[in-house]
Amino acid sequence: MHHLAFDVAHMLAGSLVLMSFLQLYQDRLYALLNIYALHALVLALSVAWQALIQNAPHLYVTALIALVFKAIIIPVVLHRMIVRLGIHREIENVVGVGTAMLFGMGLVALSMVVMLRATHEADPLAREDLAFALSVVLLGLLMMVTRRNVVSQVVGFMSLENGLVLAATGAKGMPLVVEISVAFSILIAFIVIGIFLFRIRERFDTVDVQALDRFRGERG
Amino acid sequence: MMDSFDAVIAVLVTPALAAIVLAILPGYWLSARLNVLATLVTFLAAASLMFGRPQPGPYLLVDDLNNLFIVLTTFVGFTTSVFSASYISHELEIGRLTPTFLRFYHAMYQVLMFAMNLALVANNIGVLWVAIEIATLTTVLMVGIYRTHEAIEAAWKYFILGSVGIALALFGTILVYMAARPVISEGLDAMVWTKLVAHAGGFDPALLNIAFVFLLLGYGTKVGLVPLHAWLPDAHAEGPTPISAVLSGLLLNVALYALLRFKMLLAVNPNALAPGPLMVTMGLVSLIFAAFMLYRRRDIKRMFAYSSIEHMGIIAFAFGMGGPLANFAGLLHMTMHSLTKSAIFFAVGHIAQVKGTQRISDMGGLTETNPVLGWGLVLGVVAIAGLPPCGIFMSEFLVVSSTMARLPWLAIPLVFGIIVGLGALFLRLNGIAFGEPRGTTAEAKASYIPMFAHLALVFAAGVYIPPALFAGFQNVAKLLG
Repeated sequence: MHHLAFDVAHMLAGSLVLMSFLQLYQDRLYALLNIYALHALVLALSVAWQALIQNAPHLYVTALIALVFKAIIIPVVLHRMIVRLGIHREIENVVGVGTAMLFGMGLVALSMVVMLRATHEADPLAREDLAFALSVVLLGLLMMVTRRNVVSQVVGFMSLENGLVLAATGAKGMPLVVEISVAFSILIAFIVIGIFLFRIRERFDTVDVQALDRFRGERG
Repeated sequence: MMDSFDAVIAVLVTPALAAIVLAILPGYWLSARLNVLATLVTFLAAASLMFGRPQPGPYLLVDDLNNLFIVLTTFVGFTTSVFSASYISHELEIGRLTPTFLRFYHAMYQVLMFAMNLALVANNIGVLWVAIEIATLTTVLMVGIYRTHEAIEAAWKYFILGSVGIALALFGTILVYMAARPVISEGLDAMVWTKLVAHAGGFDPALLNIAFVFLLLGYGTKVGLVPLHAWLPDAHAEGPTPISAVLSGLLLNVALYALLRFKMLLAVNPNALAPGPLMVTMGLVSLIFAAFMLYRRRDIKRMFAYSSIEHMGIIAFAFGMGGPLANFAGLLHMTMHSLTKSAIFFAVGHIAQVKGTQRISDMGGLTETNPVLGWGLVLGVVAIAGLPPCGIFMSEFLVVSSTMARLPWLAIPLVFGIIVGLGALFLRLNGIAFGEPRGTTAEAKASYIPMFAHLALVFAAGVYIPPALFAGFQNVAKLLG
């Protein structure tokens, strides 16, 4: 049983990294949102599995939040927002697919080296989980850096937070305080983002961050 | 015992309740006064903690270190609310803010106070993280409150960089828990700071090291250390000036406080890496980078924002050096910087209102046209540049001399950075305060009391520090190791 538990957890965490890679090269917003929904779904499965093997029922709440809020509500809302803003046809390409993938692989390798070396004494399950979680966090960061579109930056940020939830649930017995706070912060973050998107639309009629860059305060 | 516990609760509950009331109340005249009253009550409650404090619980803790921070935070919060009352009445007149936004502004001001106080009294590293996150989100909303292009860009940049920083800090927090779990026990205890520090000697050093790197990057973003500072000048320049004062004077300190707590954890573990050199390097880089950036600034608030980066660099440098003397200097510098920088922003806020712009080229001869504001700014800049006889001179002197005694080579770039920054500030001040009057002139309807109260404290501290306060600072410096 222990072996199976480990293998499934490993597989789910690995799939999450895979989903992050899939996100990296999507150049259409709809496709990106679909992959994000999948990302959140895998996270929900992973958290639920952790709840089962750790015998920690409160983690099911986190899994449920991931499923309902992140995998369904957010993608739907963002989908609508994209339609309303009229940017669903936009194709963005900041860094080439090849370069982004190479960078991504480098980051995953980095997080493996760093985490596996540092956590000799921790139990193997937590070790692998943490290494995968760091990969997801770094890939989310990479996506935020390489994208210009505000919506894709936000998706990058949300997948980064998914990585954090993976890390928090992998740490056995971590108090509920943190899980609630993570879920809560995503909620707040989302509200803020919603307000911002709304205002950006009001002011610029575009959600391309390049348009924002024109307004740097430093001009003469 | 019971009374002192109530004081901690009061420090948290007063701003929380005030936020709710201020969100409901429509009239701005009453709200502004209630805002002042609430911050005053919070300050008095915080001050009463000096005389008696509760036992640490699983969530809240008051010790010598954070007591100093709480009193400073609530004091500057109080004086800023007095300044804010006169500042916003002008903003209302010229129509930059509407009454609806003001309601929101006052409520957010109190939420920010609540979040900072919570971060300071938290004994749980999870609660600490949540509090800093709330503080970040409220300031994001306040920076964007004018809804101009620049304000929205600044808020967006701050939000994205701040969120990334906060995310990295959470990862670091999780790693600390992972390190503590095998030693302490599963669950809540492994996140309680007092328990962590008691057992940190047995933690896995490798895990603790990586955790600290993440925490340094995460909370370091909020401190504004170079190269994680990009959000800071924009956020200071585009938000309402009271918020610039609170950001510079308080929020940066709160983030630094979080870093100090984790630095103390590492200090207990003999096998963990020494956090000092990391902080010293980042501090020096921030100091020198910001000192040079000061020369090219055209926006007055942006200039003083870079000056804040410079001073946070000096403070991080001092705490990185460690030891009783450098820590003492760091604490003193932090206190003096908070008081001086917020006083400068009080002056700058009214100056920008009189001139109708923040561009330095449109200001001139302020000592002639608005003597009180002009001389107030001159005094503030004299104080922040570290000329004798003010408090910052004392603390900078202590930082430099303790560096001289231990690592003389490091003192050279340190002094170089301080002098470069000083030159830039006086170059700009000369144009703003003296010479031919430029730009529009109008009577300032300002309240000068907060500004001069801060400046008086700073100049007095350069000459005489009460023995009780001196002993208190020394005590905390020893605690920091």
